[in-house]
Parts: sequence; structure tokens; C-alpha cells
Amino acid sequence: MIRTMIKNRIAQVAMIILVIGLAVFPLIVNKNAEFAGADDRAGAAIAEQNPDYKPWFSSIWTPPSSEVASMLFALQAAAGSGVVCFAVGFYVGRSRST
Amino acid sequence: MKKRNFFLILLLLPKDAFSMHIMEGFLPVYWAAFWWAVILPFLFFGIRNIKKIITENHELKMMLAAAGAFAFVLSALKLPSMTGSCSHPTGVGLGAVMFGPSVMSVLGFIVLLFQALLLAHGGITTLGANTFSMGIAGPLIAFFVFRLCRKIKIKTSVAVFSAAALGDLGTYLVTSAQLAFAHPDIHAGVPASFAKFAGIFAVTQLPLAIIEGIVTVFVYNLFQTYAREEFRGIEIIQGYQRRES
Repeated sequence: MIRTMIKNRIAQVAMIILVIGLAVFPLIVNKNAEFAGADDRAGAAIAEQNPDYKPWFSSIWTPPSSEVASMLFALQAAAGSGVVCFAVGFYVGRSRST
Repeated sequence: MKKRNFFLILLLLPKDAFSMHIMEGFLPVYWAAFWWAVILPFLFFGIRNIKKIITENHELKMMLAAAGAFAFVLSALKLPSMTGSCSHPTGVGLGAVMFGPSVMSVLGFIVLLFQALLLAHGGITTLGANTFSMGIAGPLIAFFVFRLCRKIKIKTSVAVFSAAALGDLGTYLVTSAQLAFAHPDIHAGVPASFAKFAGIFAVTQLPLAIIEGIVTVFVYNLFQTYAREEFRGIEIIQGYQRRES
């Protein structure tokens, strides 16, 4: 019983390290890349593929700066994780109280 | 030595990649309209199923919100990739495994609408195509992979991991197919164009798919451990248990 618990813990820690590693690894290996938003490059790839194509519609509203954009992305992540953590916390609390 | 060569190959790969969402205006009018028409019936069934889940198992409401919120979190996380650009996971695998693919079409649509309106990420004209790849194709793949794994008695956590990771990869493959159909190679046609778009992010997306798989397993396990009662309801939806009474 205790042994499987320890085993699970080790597996969990290993997976967390793997996740962090996978996210950080490119930053170390590929030091000189700009890590820009990949969206703009889609345009370039399409232009190469289909030089006559002209985008016929542009975004109704664009965040005025990359700072505002990252604020909105952070807001999205924060709102989402708030809901997820609320649910997890609720379930954990309830299962402990019964 | 061999390892070194591998990294060299990674570094020499084309540097331009794109994230999953097709940008505003980058699909011709008829393709934009086509994908919008394709997703409408899915959205219809999705809304109906959500209503059904909420009325029949109202204790699952919070779980449903959490599954949608999970997609919200993961699709906001732009992670650096090997090709030197950024891309993000989808987060739709969790909900697809728990509630089935039709529900995720609605939740994916909401996530994409938020990003199109407030972040200029994706777009309104391409919302149909993007919803199809992230909200319908990805969840469908995740759902069937999970089903298959369960059928051949693979451990649940491995099943969830495979479902989420393959759903993520599938989303990107569908996106490149959509781009290839709309923008075929002038000389070699659709297949060459597909190979180009898909080849670009095969390397970009693979690590992200693994990350998405692991994170999804974590959250799934949390729910399974601490929300036993709700999970009985989910297993009914998944079709592993008959409704009692």
C-alpha cells in the first residue's frame, strides 16, 4: 500500500519535471530564436504558397500592444485556472469532510 | 554524435511555423462559409447535450464548467517550441473524454470566439474552420482513442494521456489540411501543400502534445479521486455504467 503510494508520488514528480523540461528545453537549445507569435508566420507561409491571395477581412479589434495582448492571455489563463481550482478545491474539501 | 546530428536537424528545420488557429481573412470566402456550415449542426447537438447533462445530472454542472475552463487555460499558454516560435495546446481532450465530443464543440467555440474578438488570435471569418479543427476534430479523435484504449483494457491514465495527446496532434493536422485545401501548391496541388504545412509543425507540436497529455491526466486523476459521486454520472455518459432505477 505504502509502496504503491510512494511509486505514484515518484511518477507524479517525474511527470511534472518532464512537463517543465519540455517547455524549457527549446529555450536552451534554440537560444537565438525569437519565439515570436507563430500566427504572423502563417501569413508568410500562405503568401509563399499562394502569392495572389489577399486576406479579405481583418480583425475587428486588435490589442493595441503586445503588453495588452499578454494581459488578456493572462486573464484568460487566470479565469480558467480559477474555475478549475475552485472545482478541485470544492471536491477535495467535500471528500475530506465526509 | 548521433544525438548532436539530431539537434542539428532540428535547428536547420524551416523556422516559420504557425499556431493552430487560421488567421482572420486567410481563408477564401467560400471555404470560410463552408466550415461555418459544417460546424452548425455540431453546435446544435452540443448545446442540446449540454442542456441534457445539466438537467439530468445537474451535479455535473461544475465539472462541465471545469472542463471548459481547462480548455481556456491550456489554449492561453503559448509555449516555446523547438522551431523557435510559439504554439499552444488545445485542452479539449479532457472534456471530450469526460463528456463526449459534441459538448466540446460548444466549449471550443466559446474559447475561440473569446480569442478572435479580444486577442486578434484566429478570427470571425475563420471561426468555423478553427472550431472544426479544435472543437470537433480534436475532441472526436480524443474520444475515440479513449474508447479504444478502454476497450482493449489499457490503464485509464494511459488512455487519457493518449486521447489528449493525439487529439492535440489531430487538431493541428486538420488545420494544415484546411490550409492545404484553401491554398494548394501551385504546381503540386493539395498534397504537397499539406505536407508543407503539416511538416512545419510536426516538430513544433509533438512536445506540446506530450505536455497536454500529462496535464490532462493530472486533472482527470484529481477529479476521479476526489469527485467519486460525479464520476459515476460521467461513467454513465461514457457508457460504462447503466443508469440505476
